[in-house]
Amino acid sequence: MSATPTAQTPAPRHAAFVRATHWITALCFFALLLSGLEIVVSHPRFYWGETGNSGTATLFKIPIPSSRATVPSGYNYVLPDQNGWSRSLHFQAAWAAVLTGALYFIWGLWTGHFRSNLFPAQADRTWGAVVDVIASHLRFKKPTADEEHSYNVLQRTAYLAVVFVLFPLIIWTGLALSPGFNSAFPAGVNLLGGRQSARTLHFFVTIALVLFLLVHVAMVALSGFRGRMRGMITGTVAAHEERP
Amino acid sequence: MSKISRRTFVTTGLAAAGVAGLATAAGLAKRYGLIPPDSAGIWGPGTTLTYAAQRLITTHSMAREFPRSMISEKPFANEHAPLGDDFDRHKNDGFADWRLAVDGMVAQSASLSMADLKQFPASSQITEVVCEEGWSYVAEWIGTPLSEVLKACGASLHARYVVYYSIQPDWWESIDMADALHPQTILTYGMNDAELPVGFGGPLRMRVPRQLGYKSVKFINHLTVTDSMKSFGKGLGSASPEAGYAWYAGI
Repeated sequence: MSATPTAQTPAPRHAAFVRATHWITALCFFALLLSGLEIVVSHPRFYWGETGNSGTATLFKIPIPSSRATVPSGYNYVLPDQNGWSRSLHFQAAWAAVLTGALYFIWGLWTGHFRSNLFPAQADRTWGAVVDVIASHLRFKKPTADEEHSYNVLQRTAYLAVVFVLFPLIIWTGLALSPGFNSAFPAGVNLLGGRQSARTLHFFVTIALVLFLLVHVAMVALSGFRGRMRGMITGTVAAHEERP
Repeated sequence: MSKISRRTFVTTGLAAAGVAGLATAAGLAKRYGLIPPDSAGIWGPGTTLTYAAQRLITTHSMAREFPRSMISEKPFANEHAPLGDDFDRHKNDGFADWRLAVDGMVAQSASLSMADLKQFPASSQITEVVCEEGWSYVAEWIGTPLSEVLKACGASLHARYVVYYSIQPDWWESIDMADALHPQTILTYGMNDAELPVGFGGPLRMRVPRQLGYKSVKFINHLTVTDSMKSFGKGLGSASPEAGYAWYAGI
């Protein structure tokens, strides 16, 4: 079909499609996180089961002031209500993220991206391989030349978990908060244990995604911020990092 | 075919198909009433996608109903501003003279008292009130389906929205005919085997259980049937979009 890439045009570290969907998703995630926090401020109490309100017992509370006077927050002042634009931004960003994710999913299956770049190679699917990667992380070893062009087993597992576990869960728990969607697919919310359980789980999955983001950004910073950013923006790897 | 030209070919083809597809989708959406009144503006794309997608999947859907054992022991009455002397006078009268005006695209305008409304077929449902803030409760709601009142007044077949007003001047909402004619959309006058308390919207509250609580407006005294929302308020469908909230609240 096509010739092997020549020295002048090395294969990009990340395909243009991956780079584009990565940054669109990053932007959407930031918008969803900010607007989601704003919505939480209007009722920073969490429950389990079908129902819950300011008159019922909580599963837990976030000790922050609220933007609603009816919430017994323990603070004697009320924050300004920002739910209008927050909700609109939340759902608009959710649509952008889900549509981008759907394209990424189709593309990933079509091109074999998941199989070749994310699913761990057979040799790496052993505890020994996992321990090796953890050991080299603990010794703060710089990535080898090979690793500049690929992901190790821990990275692959983390990315697969985000793409195939956390993203579907955040969409499912979010949809379970929609009264319209629930009327069409009641099992979506019932399987999660009720509306308030779905809301609490939506919050927990958000925390898991934020923890991933923190580790992700920390790793990018530790392994060479400029090089990683260049790889994800232009697709190129710096000259001294290139394969011999 | 070389790799580059195939890629260009595929990309151009996809882009063209995408543009044509979007144009066709927009045309079809308009024709089948899938564009909400607040579709313009920066949040238009999101709210239009939500409304169109949900109208397609909720055609025959019913809000979840719960067993009697799940009725909340502590329903939560959200705060409301003082309702004024007029309301207090009605309250002291036991709402005997509370009127629901029905006008607009109807064969016969009407002014219905609470006693008149109770002559219509009654309907009850045990459904959840879900507030956009995140809290919720389950209660039994008793009332007359909005569709019964629309039928009795001879609502036009060309009608597209029912606008409803509260005695609170800043609260007015509207729903499309899919929700207005939905069997669970009821003009509610009873709650948990009693008269609807004032805190929960008594004497008359619109219940739209397939949407968020802010569509279930309290203290209803006026309905208008219309085929366009352009001449109501800022033309966005209700007071909610004017405050930044989506007109369609099925989410």
